[in-house]
Amino acid sequence: MSGPTTLLKALDYSVLQQCMHCGLCLPTCPTYLETGNERNSPRGRISLMRAIADDALGPTRGFAEEMDYCLGCLACTTACPAGVDYATLFETARAEAEKSGARSTPTRSLIRFFTLGILLKRPWALRLAARMLRFYEQSRLRPLVRKSGVFSILPRRWGEWERQAIPIRSRFSDSLIAPVEKPAGFARRRVAVLTGCIQDISFSDVNRATVDVLVANGCEVSTPRNQPCCGSLHAHNGDLESARELARRQIDALDPANLDAIISNSAGCGSHLKRYGHLLSDDPAYADRAAAWSLKVRDISEWLVDIGFRKPDAPSHGAKSVAVTYHEACHLCHGQKITAQPREILKAIPGYELRECPEATMCCGSAGVYSLTQPETAAWLRDRKIAHLLSAGADIVATANPGCQLQIELGFRRSEAEAPKAPRVAHPVVLLAEAYRSETQVPLQKP
Amino acid sequence: MIDALIQLLGRENVLTEPEDLIPYSFDATAVLKQMPRAVVFAHSAAEVSGVLKIARLHRTPVVARGSGTGLSGGSVPVKDSLVLCLVKMDRILEVDERNFTLRAQAGVLTQAIYDAADAAGLFYPPDPGSMKVSTIGGNVAENSGGLRGLKYGVTRDYVMGLEVVLAGGEICSLGNKCVKDVAGYSLKDLFVGSEGTLGIITEVLLRLVPRPQVRQTLLATFERMDAAAETVSAIIAARIVPCTLEFLDSRTIRCVEDYTHAGLPVGAEALLLIEVDGHPAAVRDDAARIEELCFRHGATSVRLAANAAEAARLAAARRSAFSALARMKPTTILEDATVPRTELAAMIRFIQETGAKHRLEIATFGHFGDGNLHPTFLTNERDADEMHRVELAMKEIFAKALSLGGTITGEHGVGLAKKAFLRDQLGDASLALLRQVKRTLDPENLLNPGKIFDL
Repeated sequence: MSGPTTLLKALDYSVLQQCMHCGLCLPTCPTYLETGNERNSPRGRISLMRAIADDALGPTRGFAEEMDYCLGCLACTTACPAGVDYATLFETARAEAEKSGARSTPTRSLIRFFTLGILLKRPWALRLAARMLRFYEQSRLRPLVRKSGVFSILPRRWGEWERQAIPIRSRFSDSLIAPVEKPAGFARRRVAVLTGCIQDISFSDVNRATVDVLVANGCEVSTPRNQPCCGSLHAHNGDLESARELARRQIDALDPANLDAIISNSAGCGSHLKRYGHLLSDDPAYADRAAAWSLKVRDISEWLVDIGFRKPDAPSHGAKSVAVTYHEACHLCHGQKITAQPREILKAIPGYELRECPEATMCCGSAGVYSLTQPETAAWLRDRKIAHLLSAGADIVATANPGCQLQIELGFRRSEAEAPKAPRVAHPVVLLAEAYRSETQVPLQKP
Repeated sequence: MIDALIQLLGRENVLTEPEDLIPYSFDATAVLKQMPRAVVFAHSAAEVSGVLKIARLHRTPVVARGSGTGLSGGSVPVKDSLVLCLVKMDRILEVDERNFTLRAQAGVLTQAIYDAADAAGLFYPPDPGSMKVSTIGGNVAENSGGLRGLKYGVTRDYVMGLEVVLAGGEICSLGNKCVKDVAGYSLKDLFVGSEGTLGIITEVLLRLVPRPQVRQTLLATFERMDAAAETVSAIIAARIVPCTLEFLDSRTIRCVEDYTHAGLPVGAEALLLIEVDGHPAAVRDDAARIEELCFRHGATSVRLAANAAEAARLAAARRSAFSALARMKPTTILEDATVPRTELAAMIRFIQETGAKHRLEIATFGHFGDGNLHPTFLTNERDADEMHRVELAMKEIFAKALSLGGTITGEHGVGLAKKAFLRDQLGDASLALLRQVKRTLDPENLLNPGKIFDL
């Protein structure tokens, strides 16, 4: 059985004990909905973690697979009456599973080293890889490679990955945003914007829009260059040591003392950034600083509502009527309990009508790298999500996380047969920035 | 045996690995835990029958299970048993709008039953706290209650028929859609609340009622427990039957306020949440009279919900009671001692005194209308000394409930948790009758053995 160094055993037992196995989490858990098997539910997983802490089970392959099957969507934490800290349990359990090596294969280790160890630790490496990927996506190489039949001899998953490869922007955040941008008048607040990893290479326009709306609301915005990854993907994938290292780097890079807020526009990052205090609580040199740092973190929608953002005026040529529905990113609604603020922003935009869709708080299957590691479940969740989004009959799907946006866009591309005119997918802050811009536009002159 | 089960059900419906079994080694009851031999999923009564036959051949006990939300250990596995999980039998078979009935497989969630009735303009009233998760089969097997007991009764009052698989594998259909039916013994009633010890319920035929047109919610606070109790007596004496009449004691109020910051008066001794439903004119009239009665009997404040949203806010204070308490300590033990409602004030006072005597934190909330209390022990299962004191206090509380003409369990069932106290309530002759019934229906003692009582 496991030795005394077991991570789950080292964890404060009361965190495990807090689960009273009442089962109220069951109907909110996507994997339990898929299988109806308790092992695939939050209370089932916690019972396995507790069995390891109690020495009744070793960190087996079955355990490791189960922890990988969990999306980490945290829907259970919203349903939980007892306030179980599932985020901590999940991160510790995944780290336990990785440490045991129960699922380790040479390919898996290599992929983990390349992604978690290199790409997501070195901003320059990620950007270089992104530029290479963009070259591949834009060039005539892609159709050639696809036609060559190379994917028929590689494992099937590789072809799937190639099709899911994220679209890369021609320009990243640093070339779109100045290091410091000031509002026209008096700067009432000073904030820093975090540009993220995927957000930076695939959705740099969201970062630009974030700075636009902050400046429009009287904030002086600093955007540090060459930002490191926040470490959320490391923490969620069982590499807590790297997560801590990246957190320290982030804290060193950005002094919160002179800032009113540290702004994140990516739900997954924000949810993790708010846990730095927790992540580094055992590090005497950083514990206090990390706690103070986390207290300054705000999601962009949260911050805009906090400061009473200005509602955009209707453009002088009149606002077009637009139906918008909102998909809640798990790490915004469950991870940060932010649900009202993004809706307030959407409702403030002239001409917008917010139409709720069923299961708005259910995971879309993106979940970090889940769509790559568990393609079947991810596809099932994606199709379920797409059907609910389409049922709202909206022109726009708003969502505040890059992973969700990629997953939903992919889903719409796949369902084009049934929905020839798929809705546009956009971050609420992009929509708000557009509304501010169209205020100032001169109406078209009739010839 | 495992091979025979796999042949019958398919490999994916027979679980035997420790990682699969550990999550089925408990239900929602605190502390109790036992590993089964295997977990099997059945999709039809015929499969259930097949499982029981195989189990009998191998003398293996069978424990039926729905979503595992029980609070007395009814679905906690017996050592080396088969857990027979029915959650995959989840189809609603018929909503009969002309006969006001609903037929469903045992694994349908209670919430889905409510929703299906609601969609037809009808109403399924029993609403146990776990209704979003619990299965209707489990509700029938435990005869679950809920918040609407005073006016609408409990699960038993809505069961018109059952399909049951007996220990030998025979499939029996009991009851029908007739309101009047006196052909033979009313055996369906034998299976309601039988906790899986007499047969496996695979299908239910439920009675529905017309959906009430409107509902009005009131929240009243009191400085003295007796004032709240007198108010309840006065409401009943005025021949008003609210659909909900819930209360929180002072400790629960403080915990809820700490958790929700809803603005509850933390100095209050008691809080009543009252709901009346029915015809709009009657509801208006009842609500006005209740408000007046509250003030006349010493309420310090009464809030009347102006609309559905405000009603939900007021009800949230009661609904979050359990959540608020569950956060306080590692182990939360929810009990359900019940007394005739005239004895409630005395019972609540006794619980508070008992908690103080044994240096325990006991918060009490519950259903004032039907006398069903939830004394909730906030404790730590790893503290042996404290757990011993919990046991002592529980014993005294049950004895007191019985001396007041009450019961050791109002809605959770006996299962394992209350087994030791059953004789005190039933006496030898009644207990012997229960055993006789069990021996007749399950001569080999293979259906959930050791639950409710030992043979």
